[in-house]
Amino acid sequence: MQTLRRAAAAAAETLAGGSGAGMTHAWLFTGPLGSGREEAARAFAAALFCSGGGCGHCDMCHQVMVGSHPDLETVRPQGLSYGVKDTRQLILRAAGAPTLGRWRVVLFEDADRATEGASNALLKAIEEPPPRTVWLLCAPSPDDMMITIRSRCRVVTLVTPPTSAVAHVLATRENVPPDMAAFAARAAQGHLDRARRLALDADARGRREAVLSIPAALTGVGECVAAAERLVKTAEEEAVAVTSVLNEAETTELRKVYGEGSTGKGLNKGLVRGGAGALKELEERQKSRATRTKRDVIDAALLDLVAFYRDVLAVQFGAQVELATEDRRADLEAVARSSTPEGNLRRIEAIMLCRRRLAANVSPQMAVEAMTLSLRSP
Amino acid sequence: MLLGMAASDPAPVTLVIGDEELLADRAVGEVVAAARAADPSTETHDLIGGKVEPGELTRLTSPSLFGDRSVVVIRSAHDLVKEVIAEIVSYAAHPAEETTLVLVHPGGVKGKALVDGVKKAGANVVTVTKLTKPAERLAFVKAELKRAGRTVSGDAASALLDAVGSDLRELAAACSQLAFDTPGKVIDEAAVARYHRGRAEVSGFTVADSAVEGRLGDALEQLRWALATGTAPVLLVSALARSLRSLAKVGGAPRNLRGGQLASHLGMPPWQVTRVQNQLRGWGPDGIARALQAVAAADEQVKGGGADPAYALERTVQTIVASRTGR
Repeated sequence: MQTLRRAAAAAAETLAGGSGAGMTHAWLFTGPLGSGREEAARAFAAALFCSGGGCGHCDMCHQVMVGSHPDLETVRPQGLSYGVKDTRQLILRAAGAPTLGRWRVVLFEDADRATEGASNALLKAIEEPPPRTVWLLCAPSPDDMMITIRSRCRVVTLVTPPTSAVAHVLATRENVPPDMAAFAARAAQGHLDRARRLALDADARGRREAVLSIPAALTGVGECVAAAERLVKTAEEEAVAVTSVLNEAETTELRKVYGEGSTGKGLNKGLVRGGAGALKELEERQKSRATRTKRDVIDAALLDLVAFYRDVLAVQFGAQVELATEDRRADLEAVARSSTPEGNLRRIEAIMLCRRRLAANVSPQMAVEAMTLSLRSP
Repeated sequence: MLLGMAASDPAPVTLVIGDEELLADRAVGEVVAAARAADPSTETHDLIGGKVEPGELTRLTSPSLFGDRSVVVIRSAHDLVKEVIAEIVSYAAHPAEETTLVLVHPGGVKGKALVDGVKKAGANVVTVTKLTKPAERLAFVKAELKRAGRTVSGDAASALLDAVGSDLRELAAACSQLAFDTPGKVIDEAAVARYHRGRAEVSGFTVADSAVEGRLGDALEQLRWALATGTAPVLLVSALARSLRSLAKVGGAPRNLRGGQLASHLGMPPWQVTRVQNQLRGWGPDGIARALQAVAAADEQVKGGGADPAYALERTVQTIVASRTGR
């Protein structure tokens, strides 16, 4: 925090013609899910634009917060990865002079999604950007970025907020009843967005319940396969629910751009030349986004399962820690009595293996099946 | 269907429509041959649809000074541009006397205006569709050999189909080679086995069935055939997973369900349930679990996690067969 404040002050000094020691042209914001990397980076960007060092209520700050500032380029990879082609275009845009005279800031969320080729394309741009360009990259941990990128950035490490802080935010900002806020904060393990969803959306709570009831249901091989199938199917349905609305709007928009529904002299009824190709490209992007959403949903479920087994371990060892799955105390104790700590460590290991496999493009059903089968074995 | 249609005088406009290349080529060849038979000095112009420019057809079909006959063949007619299609359609209504026009269209909606227009103008239409059913291919093999003046036994024909695969061009080539190489009137199974052996097409399901039923040798052999003939490793893994998954489902189903009830509970067709129940003999829950885990590991391996997909698959098949006895 102090570093960022100093940097913002130094940035202002640079503009005034001073040496500007303390400001850097590339920053890497790291922290686990829910630590607010993007929020921190955005606040820093606001501080750079704002003449008052990030007052929070001037025009500049407001434009940054609503995402309409002309000098702030926000990149949010939606597909499975961010390719080299997009990156090259991004670098071109980033090289422009600032419109409002202070800085040109590129905020790259989920920079770990950049492919190796894309990262390599970024290297030169990050090392020596034009004098007024600042890069802000966000990633879960510095290890997610290539070492050559990491060494060109200043790292800002963020940590997840404590449960009480998350509960406080929920209670004050979203008017959530205190015990619901406490439950959601605990269940989300410091991830503010997820806590908000758990507190406000009954469906999200239902899905969590379904996931947490998996361990107790794994009595035989048939049940394991069925549980895996259910988990993957729910994830698919959720991905479809999330993406179909977006897809439809995008497709209609693109069709309109290519002249569908236009009337008048000399116009065709169908799409103009090139329309079919553009539509196909859009479909591919949408498919990639759907796959990513599906994986993200499964990953969230797996993290809930990890939390469950971690809590089982805590119960077994009698550790006095906050339990994320406190609400399923009976299940926890039942599993704790009937299993060994060693077995539970193996189970956590199996869940982590499943996450790695999903990231390596293994068919979700096979990966999850293998995991549920490992969860079953004593 | 095409074999007997070499008329002495070809129709002025012929439209060959369909996606089976070999038969389309033959239809074109027959028209050209018929034209040549009528007048040996006939000239042939072979054009590719995408490259025909407006006016080219008019130039080619306009009567020449010496009154020569000519055949104009336009292949991939779906790539023709709009102007040329209009030109062809208006030509088809009033074809020139000395010229024979052949259009080859692969079917489908692209360039449909041409198909409709030419049909309406009264062109001779030849349809050549892909042979999808095994029986049709068997009939094709028999007809091929009959054309060469030979007969073939049913077993020999199906052995040839197994070994060569479903590509008609390859089948036709194999048939003419066989007719050339073997003496005697009848081609029997021994003659086929002398020149062709093995299987051209092994699906992942065949491999999976052999593996699940514990026939290690068969499974490995079929796996090799499948890989050698270009089946994607990913498909093989998913076939293995599917077989094991149905084992787990049927094995884990409530004991009191029978027949149709069981099938609807599992969401599988009844014949498949019966088959899986037979395969289930010799399998225990732990074995199924181990096999499924091996398959998940194999999926990772074939998708770039390992150096050699073939090795990963062979190992998985071995693991599956080994897990079978361990109940």
